[in-house]
Amino acid sequence: MSQGTSADRQELTKQVRIPNSLGLHARPAMQLVDLANRFEASLQIGKGEQLVDAKSIMQVMTLAATQGTKLTLSAIGADASQALSAMTELIAEGFGEE
Amino acid sequence: MKLSEILSQDAIIPQLRSGTRDGAIQELLEVLLRVDELSPQDGGQILQALIEREANGSTGFGKGVAVPHCQHWAVKKTTLAIGRSSEGLDFNSLDKGPVYSMLLLLSPANDQDRHLQGMELIFRHLQRASFRDGLRQASTREAVLELVAGIEA
Repeated sequence: MSQGTSADRQELTKQVRIPNSLGLHARPAMQLVDLANRFEASLQIGKGEQLVDAKSIMQVMTLAATQGTKLTLSAIGADASQALSAMTELIAEGFGEE
Repeated sequence: MKLSEILSQDAIIPQLRSGTRDGAIQELLEVLLRVDELSPQDGGQILQALIEREANGSTGFGKGVAVPHCQHWAVKKTTLAIGRSSEGLDFNSLDKGPVYSMLLLLSPANDQDRHLQGMELIFRHLQRASFRDGLRQASTREAVLELVAGIEA
């Protein structure tokens, strides 16, 4: 990743844990991808060594993130900070599940 | 977990007869019910759950593929069925395009980890255009089995 000097080229990251008992299954995965696609920023989700594009449902589905799994969200772009906040909030709420 | 471990030879329909989403789901589910030795009652519940799932949010994830899936207490092990439609099915997909390949996954109700692993496995392969194209072109059961064996070789 190139290191620009302007603020919107900086990578922001945030750590989250999957709280809901069913984990990141298809429905929440789609919610997350839908949300990610509302932002301009380039968004990635990391699980351990694995890194996927948060805007691709095919890739997000490969995370197989169960309850308690720690994910690292990263964002680069003008609305990076807003994107991270929105995604963190959706995950923290357990996607509206238990 | 490997695709070849969860895909039964008898659960492949190289040419789905049905031209509708629900019809195709039912057609593919029927072969899985036989493979998994599930009762018609359980089958009815599973069918209903699969169709409700589609109504709540399509499993047509785009690029010509759909992955209907369901967890049910009567299902003993994670099993996959593959169906192909050359005309394409309307799944109200994310990209609004027709679905040519259906991968139907059934998992036991109380094993969320294994269910997510099964989905991960399917999407890991579906991400690759070569696998999606291969599925779309595989016009016989043998061709599907060869394709699956090939990606795991």
